[in-house]
Amino acid sequence: MGFMVVIGIAVARLRNLFAVVMLTGIFSLTAAVLYVVLDAVDVAFTEAAVGAGISTVLMLGTLALTTSEEKAHESGSHPWALMLVVVTGMALVYGTLDMPPYGDPTAAIHHHVAPYYLEKSFGHTGLPNVVTSILASYRGYDTLGEVFVIFTAAAGVLLIIGRAKFGRRRTVRLAPGELRDSMRQNVILRVVSKLLIPVILLFAFYVQWHGDFGPGGGFQAGVIFAAGFILYTLIFDIDTARTMISPRITRLGLAAGVLLYTLVGVASMLKGGTFLDYSVLADTQVKGQHLGILLVELGVGITVASAMVSIFFTFAGQER
Amino acid sequence: MDFFSDFPGLLNYWVVIVLMMIGFYIVIAHDNLVKKIVGLNIFQVSVFVFYITMAKIKGGTAPILAEGITTYSNPLPHVLILTAIVVGVAMTALGLALVVRIRDAYGTIEDDEIQAQESEDL
Repeated sequence: MGFMVVIGIAVARLRNLFAVVMLTGIFSLTAAVLYVVLDAVDVAFTEAAVGAGISTVLMLGTLALTTSEEKAHESGSHPWALMLVVVTGMALVYGTLDMPPYGDPTAAIHHHVAPYYLEKSFGHTGLPNVVTSILASYRGYDTLGEVFVIFTAAAGVLLIIGRAKFGRRRTVRLAPGELRDSMRQNVILRVVSKLLIPVILLFAFYVQWHGDFGPGGGFQAGVIFAAGFILYTLIFDIDTARTMISPRITRLGLAAGVLLYTLVGVASMLKGGTFLDYSVLADTQVKGQHLGILLVELGVGITVASAMVSIFFTFAGQER
Repeated sequence: MDFFSDFPGLLNYWVVIVLMMIGFYIVIAHDNLVKKIVGLNIFQVSVFVFYITMAKIKGGTAPILAEGITTYSNPLPHVLILTAIVVGVAMTALGLALVVRIRDAYGTIEDDEIQAQESEDL
């Protein structure tokens, strides 16, 4: 954790935004390691895929479109800002003095619904991964909301910079198979990425379907799947990638995932249960829950993957 | 409070607060918009670490049920943070899209220069 603080301070001091973005990636990776230490394997998985992968790539995309150097200011330091921060920090430290110490099993947080989930979830859903059970079943409404937020954010990105009005649309279009960038001519990169991409996509599917039993699930699988395509786009060209998976498909997938999730909820209503109550979907409760969770996670995976790919395509398709 | 017997005690929370304040400082003291978004990210991660720290039980393991294990860490905060991370990156993307758009309109991503241009226009 000390490492994280050091990185944080470095980020605050540095003016070269490229270095800042790289440090943010390392920061995320350190956070992921910390999550493993703190037993949150699912969270660590997500953080490693998202923080160290996708968000770094997106930030670099922004830097390529804007500028990679922060301007120095005459005013220099901001004493008022530092003072405000220190005062707020002191107040928060004072607030923590009442908190239960690290790892205390008698803390209030562990005594409401958590023991119920841990004891009953296997009987209800038949899945050993409690995180997945809670995510997709007990807290299905929350997750549906989150998926809608991702959908909205991706739609927002497409609306804001998806349609360049000021002639920023790429003018040079490459025929498929034509070589241009030095990166494409690098044989090692090309061969290795060609070997790796199928494995990455396969791993994404494994994470998707195995998420019920081990760490993983729709969110992580979606991000890993998108990472495979992003790697392809980085090594080869955006236009080549677009011929393989067109923007129309990603936009369709964006909506289809949310729709699938909602339809599972509606289906359980039609079969006589309440919204997102999967127990009625099959003849036994465990089977129904299992089916519902599988479908819902699939919906999450489709939406997240399409959102990430279409956001990335939008950024990469810009021209300075 | 005997600090050494129950190490790390409250130390994790304090580190979280330090991280949070670094993020806060970047957001209010820097004019560069990309830097502001990085600051928000650091702030966000500090909140994530806070939740995950609360979920940890000493001697517990990851909440994947297996035979012979009786103590699990609290799975509920894990669920909340898992989804929050992915939503966070979607929001970061939205912010960055706005930055790209602002650069189109003003030719700069420094907050004070944008302010200066705005007041000239009036």
